[in-house]
Amino acid sequence: MKNLLKSTTVARAAVAAFGIVSAQAADPLTVVSWGGAYTKSQVEAYHKPYTEMTGVEIVSADYNGGLAEVKAQVEAGNVTWDLVDVELSDAVRGCDEGLLEPIDKSILPDAPDGTPAADDFLPGTLTDCAVSTIVWSTVYAYDATKFPGDKPATMADFFDTEGFPGKRGMRKTPKANLEFALIADGVPADEVYDVLATPEGIDRAFAKLDSIKDDVVWWEAGAQPPQMLADGEVVMTTAYNGRLFNAQTVENKPFVIVWDGQVWDLDLWVIPQGAPNKEEALKFIAFSTDTQRLADQAAWISYGPTRKSSVPLISTHAESGVEMMPHMPTAPDNFKNALQNDFEFWADYQDELNERFNAWLAQ
Amino acid sequence: MAESTLQPPVALTTADGQPLKTSLARVERRARIRAFALVVPLLIFLCITFLFPIGQMLFRSIHDPLVVDLLPNTIAALKDWDGTDIPGEPVFAALAEDMKKGREDRSIGKVATRLNFEQSGVRSVITRTARRVAKLEEGPYKEAFLDANKAWGEVETWATIKRLGNRFNTVQYLASVDRRFDTEGNVVMQPEDRQIYVPIFGRTLWMSLLVTACCLLLGFPISYMLATQPLRISNLLMIMVLLPFWTSLLVRTTSWIVILQSEGVLNDILVWTGIVGEDGRVQLIYNQTGTVIAMTQILLPFMVLPLYSVMKTISPSYMRAAQSLGAPRFQAFWKVYAPNTLPGVGAGSLLVFILAIGYYITPALVGGRTGQMISNFIAHHMQSSLNWGLAAALGGILLIGVLLLYWLYNKLVGVERLSLG
Repeated sequence: MKNLLKSTTVARAAVAAFGIVSAQAADPLTVVSWGGAYTKSQVEAYHKPYTEMTGVEIVSADYNGGLAEVKAQVEAGNVTWDLVDVELSDAVRGCDEGLLEPIDKSILPDAPDGTPAADDFLPGTLTDCAVSTIVWSTVYAYDATKFPGDKPATMADFFDTEGFPGKRGMRKTPKANLEFALIADGVPADEVYDVLATPEGIDRAFAKLDSIKDDVVWWEAGAQPPQMLADGEVVMTTAYNGRLFNAQTVENKPFVIVWDGQVWDLDLWVIPQGAPNKEEALKFIAFSTDTQRLADQAAWISYGPTRKSSVPLISTHAESGVEMMPHMPTAPDNFKNALQNDFEFWADYQDELNERFNAWLAQ
Repeated sequence: MAESTLQPPVALTTADGQPLKTSLARVERRARIRAFALVVPLLIFLCITFLFPIGQMLFRSIHDPLVVDLLPNTIAALKDWDGTDIPGEPVFAALAEDMKKGREDRSIGKVATRLNFEQSGVRSVITRTARRVAKLEEGPYKEAFLDANKAWGEVETWATIKRLGNRFNTVQYLASVDRRFDTEGNVVMQPEDRQIYVPIFGRTLWMSLLVTACCLLLGFPISYMLATQPLRISNLLMIMVLLPFWTSLLVRTTSWIVILQSEGVLNDILVWTGIVGEDGRVQLIYNQTGTVIAMTQILLPFMVLPLYSVMKTISPSYMRAAQSLGAPRFQAFWKVYAPNTLPGVGAGSLLVFILAIGYYITPALVGGRTGQMISNFIAHHMQSSLNWGLAAALGGILLIGVLLLYWLYNKLVGVERLSLG
């Protein structure tokens, strides 16, 4: 009797264990990203080939950036996201606060010519808890039909409401806008953060923003600025370069991007602490950040791959057949007066500057 | 017959001999239990979805254990520090010990972020210093800290740490009324360019009042018509009131963007009729005006429905009686009809005002720069800055404000006169 009991228990445990194992193998991977044309580029370049190769289903979810959901899930101990696409400042902050899993970089494949991954990725694009995929950029664009004569060409022109009258669109955050203001005020790109770290520098940036305050329409979601520009609500607006590219080529809008003074940033994969399918997520990261996959993504959206070996593989746009390289933020012509968003600066000062910016807005 | 009345009264009993009183009490108790059992699910539901989250929010606004839990040695060592000069070696040694541990279990970033809410720039001071201190085997730590970053030589840094040395504190409530502790522990105003929440609370209050007034102004005549017109017309009117009420909030807000934007329908009509020139298009959206217009339209049914249900009960004979006694039409309306509608006016206004004061999505979409309300800032601290303590404190103040107004209303008008129909 006792033996019988034992064997049934063992059998039961085996069934249970087997059940769990098989359930895990079939578990879909939840990948969270920013939506729109960007998520589409990831689905085409990463998700579909990965599912084809491994049979693992990928559930794609959208969010609006920030760490709020990740923090809520980790603190509640109920993590449902396996992989999240975040900005650099959030990747660093989330890692510091223990919200993200550290990622061992040895899982990343080498470049086709044998260069180790650590050297193949652009400097500063791998962090303790994150692996980067793209370089994106905040630039400004204008509607060519609104300026038949002189055309805006520099960041200073964006702030010149006398020479180029009309409303401007700007993102409702101090990030990037303070940098734009200083560049427009004549500060060279490589000195911007030194100036911003001083109280006088912040005053100077706010004074410059103040000069166009009455002409600014503020946007929050990335899809808004191309829409505002198309509606004629504004004559020029800051926006993410990929969204503008989409409006230019897919929707044939007469928009022109001004690359002078662009502020570029990274998007990275991170895994929330305690993600349900961590092992599978790591495999997916290694797959999606290899040389070919990063180059494939660039055929769907004009964001630059962060691997050096991917750059020569960039070809044409999958839908319109446009040559992609001239539309990349990292193309040499576009990259002349470019500034990398300093995550360390923003991690330190964003609370104070957000408050000051909001107080300034409300005045 | 007379005999029987002289007998002492016998206690009434039921058929089975029980005293009637006990039996009745038992039946009543059973009915009460049954009634209670019926509302139990609702009670549980309310506790889970309403009382518990609010309680948790209020708790979070004063409960701030991070620094105490993660820098225990430092807080203990700082206990006797008088705050006049930078502390001595023991405090530095205690902080070094906490930092080493914090780096090991990756918790130092949490402390750094929490302290950074209080003093900008401290985050990198702590994470960088912790990186260096982790390499030090032994003291003296004071020189090493001062060498690592000059912020450790400033009294303010230490005062900030000590201030958060209480598990329960009011730092977040002070911050949400634009105040803070200075290094001596006095409550002072924030620097002028960071004073933000008091004006925003003021604006939220003002805009909610404006929306309530607009709703009352527009809703009163509509409800009057609804209540007095023949059924055929009032039914049609009712559908016109309810149709937008059933339409999604987002759809209505977005359609206001289409109508009001500077290249939108309304401005096009104005330009076409020549009322304004092509250059003089009016900015009607992405500001306070747009928010008030959209919110008034969205909240109007909440005014109309209680008003209508009260007006429906006012007998038309009151007005006729007043007029037959010689009152002019307007006087009859003002002296007889209007006072009777007060419970509806009160209910509608209170409903609209309380909904308006916590409104979020419409100001976020059409508020632009000047139309933002306090809930948009609460959302900011929930979603972007992750300063949940401050978000909870702002929410707490909003809750207290609404309760105060309710109390005031009760004092002035009386809640028992509130009528939703």
